[in-house]
Amino acid sequence: MSITIENINKHFGTYKALDNINLEVGSGELIALLGPSGCGKTSLLRIIGGLELADSGKLLFHGEDVEARDARERNVGFVFQHYALFRHMTVFENVAFGLRVKPRKERHHEAEIQRRVHELLSLVQLDWLHDRYPAQLSGGQRQRIALARALAVEPKILLLDEPFGALDAQVRKELRRWLRRLHDELHITSIFVTHDQEEALEVADRVVVMNKGKIEQVGTPDEVYATPATPFVYQFIGNVNLFHSRDHAPWTQQHGDAVAYVRPHDIDISTSPQDDTALPVEVKLVRAIGAIVRIEVSADDSCELIEIELSRERFDTAPLACGDKVYIRPRQFRVFETGETNELSAT
Amino acid sequence: MAVSTRITTHESRGVTLLFIGVALAYLLLFLGLPLFAVFYQALSKGWDLYWAALQEPDAWSAIKLTFIEAGIAVPCNLVFGIAAAWAIAKFEFKGKSLLITLIDLPFAVSPVVSGLVYVLLFGAQGWFGSWLQAHDIKLLFAVPGIVLATLFVTFPFIARELIPLMQAQGKEEEEAAVSLGASGWQTFWRVTLPNIKWGLLYGVILCNARAMGEFGAVSVVSGHIRGMTNTMPLHVEILYNEYNFVAAFAVASLLALLAVVTLAVKSLVEWQARGQGERL
Amino acid sequence: MASFRAHSVLPGFNLALGFTLLYLSLIVLVPLSALFFKTATLGWGGFFEVLTSDRVSASLRVTFLASLAAAVINAFFGLIVAWVLVRYSFPGKRIVDALVDLPFALPTAVAGITLATLYAPHGWIGQYFAAQGIKVAYTPLGIVVALTFIGLPFVVRTVQPVLEDVEAGVEEAAASLGAGRWDVFRRVIFPAIYPALLTGFSLAFARAIGEYGSVIFIAGNMPYISEIAPLLIVSKLEQYDYAGATAIAVIMLLISFALLLSMNALQWWTCRRGAR
Repeated sequence: MSITIENINKHFGTYKALDNINLEVGSGELIALLGPSGCGKTSLLRIIGGLELADSGKLLFHGEDVEARDARERNVGFVFQHYALFRHMTVFENVAFGLRVKPRKERHHEAEIQRRVHELLSLVQLDWLHDRYPAQLSGGQRQRIALARALAVEPKILLLDEPFGALDAQVRKELRRWLRRLHDELHITSIFVTHDQEEALEVADRVVVMNKGKIEQVGTPDEVYATPATPFVYQFIGNVNLFHSRDHAPWTQQHGDAVAYVRPHDIDISTSPQDDTALPVEVKLVRAIGAIVRIEVSADDSCELIEIELSRERFDTAPLACGDKVYIRPRQFRVFETGETNELSAT
Repeated sequence: MAVSTRITTHESRGVTLLFIGVALAYLLLFLGLPLFAVFYQALSKGWDLYWAALQEPDAWSAIKLTFIEAGIAVPCNLVFGIAAAWAIAKFEFKGKSLLITLIDLPFAVSPVVSGLVYVLLFGAQGWFGSWLQAHDIKLLFAVPGIVLATLFVTFPFIARELIPLMQAQGKEEEEAAVSLGASGWQTFWRVTLPNIKWGLLYGVILCNARAMGEFGAVSVVSGHIRGMTNTMPLHVEILYNEYNFVAAFAVASLLALLAVVTLAVKSLVEWQARGQGERL
Repeated sequence: MASFRAHSVLPGFNLALGFTLLYLSLIVLVPLSALFFKTATLGWGGFFEVLTSDRVSASLRVTFLASLAAAVINAFFGLIVAWVLVRYSFPGKRIVDALVDLPFALPTAVAGITLATLYAPHGWIGQYFAAQGIKVAYTPLGIVVALTFIGLPFVVRTVQPVLEDVEAGVEEAAASLGAGRWDVFRRVIFPAIYPALLTGFSLAFARAIGEYGSVIFIAGNMPYISEIAPLLIVSKLEQYDYAGATAIAVIMLLISFALLLSMNALQWWTCRRGAR
């Protein structure tokens, strides 16, 4: 089922949580809402799920306005950040809940409920835990039960609020892949909220980057990483070096107040200047981290550090040491006027 | 006496024992001894006299009236407590803290004053006094007055127990239930109520103990008519003032037993809550 | 309505709040307002006349002083009990812990006759005092005993959770910096728990001022000496002096409110201090 969001606004008191949001989610897509805490991503998710009301704007599911439908009629599966499992019910009863509270006419027979719950528990590979209580499960298991519970009512849309937020790194990684595979199997339109860029880039079909109640960019993981639309996206996703054009970025060919954004792995290092736009720098730190080597350099007349990443292979062909004088030149960069970058200083 | 000590910060053994000794002596003197004395005095002349005192008709009618009084007051305050806790714990609205303060109000009012306000309302000189007399309705110095005064005094107990409990539990589970298609009643019966059942039980038991044991407020509105408007605590007073100590303490021992049960339930509830906290 | 409350998907707000307000008004607010309307009929002159009469002012003094004494006793011993229950373990601790709430659960009349029996000149405890020539029951001292019993749980129960929250790390840090045990208590622990101690103290104090059932049996109830204010309300009622009874009730209520308000202010202040 597709989702259309038109001009949605939301205030909490004087605080503007969502500022004129427009978004189109295709049927069967897996979308990540990515942004720092307080950017409005959870509010947007809760509005789609019917747990909050927008102040103004339109929300359409498959072209149909659902504003007037409350949460229980939207046929949306919601997975809560802290799972919100019913602590007094077994795993089985948690998953069966949505089936048991259906109006009498639509309710399945007990045997059918049993069958479907066990089917879902097998799907999340936790059937063997069916008689445990939530408190007896690990974080990752609770997460999967919460997902099974949301899927039990056969939702057309699945919404997940920081689905991996409370888990430790190893479990997170596993669950991420697992969610991706599950989505490929079921093809339910899914939206998840996260503040972790790696998570968003790895799992989602498309990423919606949000900041201060606004959408900064919508695109595939590759697009938002390779061609960030705004300074915020540049800084929020991946690492970036800032060059103020007047002093240190003659290659931008820019005059006036502009800032060039360069990824650490988009910088070439050479021991001699290829042309007069290369920037002379001194190596301050060299550190190998796994497959990459991180080098920090600074220009002669400044103490600001510039971060450079080289592959270990490349580094080995021309090793550097602290104190070496070298020249750098970016392969790829993007320039923003200072006016556009103002809001960055806050983040 | 086993004394657990903290690794780097602890008192010397002597100070520890002194503190424990002072605390236990204080509690024994003010709590343990009186509790023991109630049962000792009640049984001081043997079981036969004890039973006889309880089977006396006036004692029986006092016991019955006490049950009626609590039987009305507790369910009313239970419904109120749940409604108030639902509104306060699950919703955000203006004036919430004022509402909580108002619910606590009866705690700050002397029991005697709680009775007095009903005399001012329904007494012969009260606001509704002449109207009630004209219609031949007797609230004061009758059972309805006793129930009203008890309602007032025990008003906050269940709400007070539930509000912090339900606030701590948040509303995520209820939201999950609604998003899974549950109706309001289904959400309440299947999700909210099972989560608060232990706190609710303690609130009810405590409210019941206070309702059955209320003295000052009921004393003001009851009129002390033997066999008619005497509750157990009032009956204890009459027997005591007549120097019928065995009978007074016999009836008192029932109330003390109720108190002991109340404390036992409280410990049980706390033990349950702690168990839940550890599992989560 | 949107500005009055935040949106929620949970149903039943109007029903729950509506019922709450209705029930609150019927059972508590309307009856209490009767008190103030009745006082108004008395006028300021009449009001002060009642309060300044010798017997009333004597009873208010007895009530106030006995309550203060009981609250001070409870603050001191309650702190020790809370300390012992949090910091040490000993056999039977859970039973002792449960027993602390007895005054909440035991009907006041039962407490009254029991304490009167225990502290009577021939009672289990009273005989030892009598041997020293001290009369406890039927004197103001008896009132203090009853009010101490009634107020006992308050200080323990307010201090206990705060004491549990004091981090061991803070104490260990202080100890590692060379502070002695007494210094640690005075400079680290006491500042953390004294707002709770004050709260417990005022709760016990407020409760004691209104107490009736446990006191009248042990007090002896002699006018000017051991007659408490709530008892005077009852005797004025028995003489159909409604206005007089109401005037005393109002002044007692005002004292309780003042106590509870100052306690709330204190809590607000400490919260703010803690947040910074």
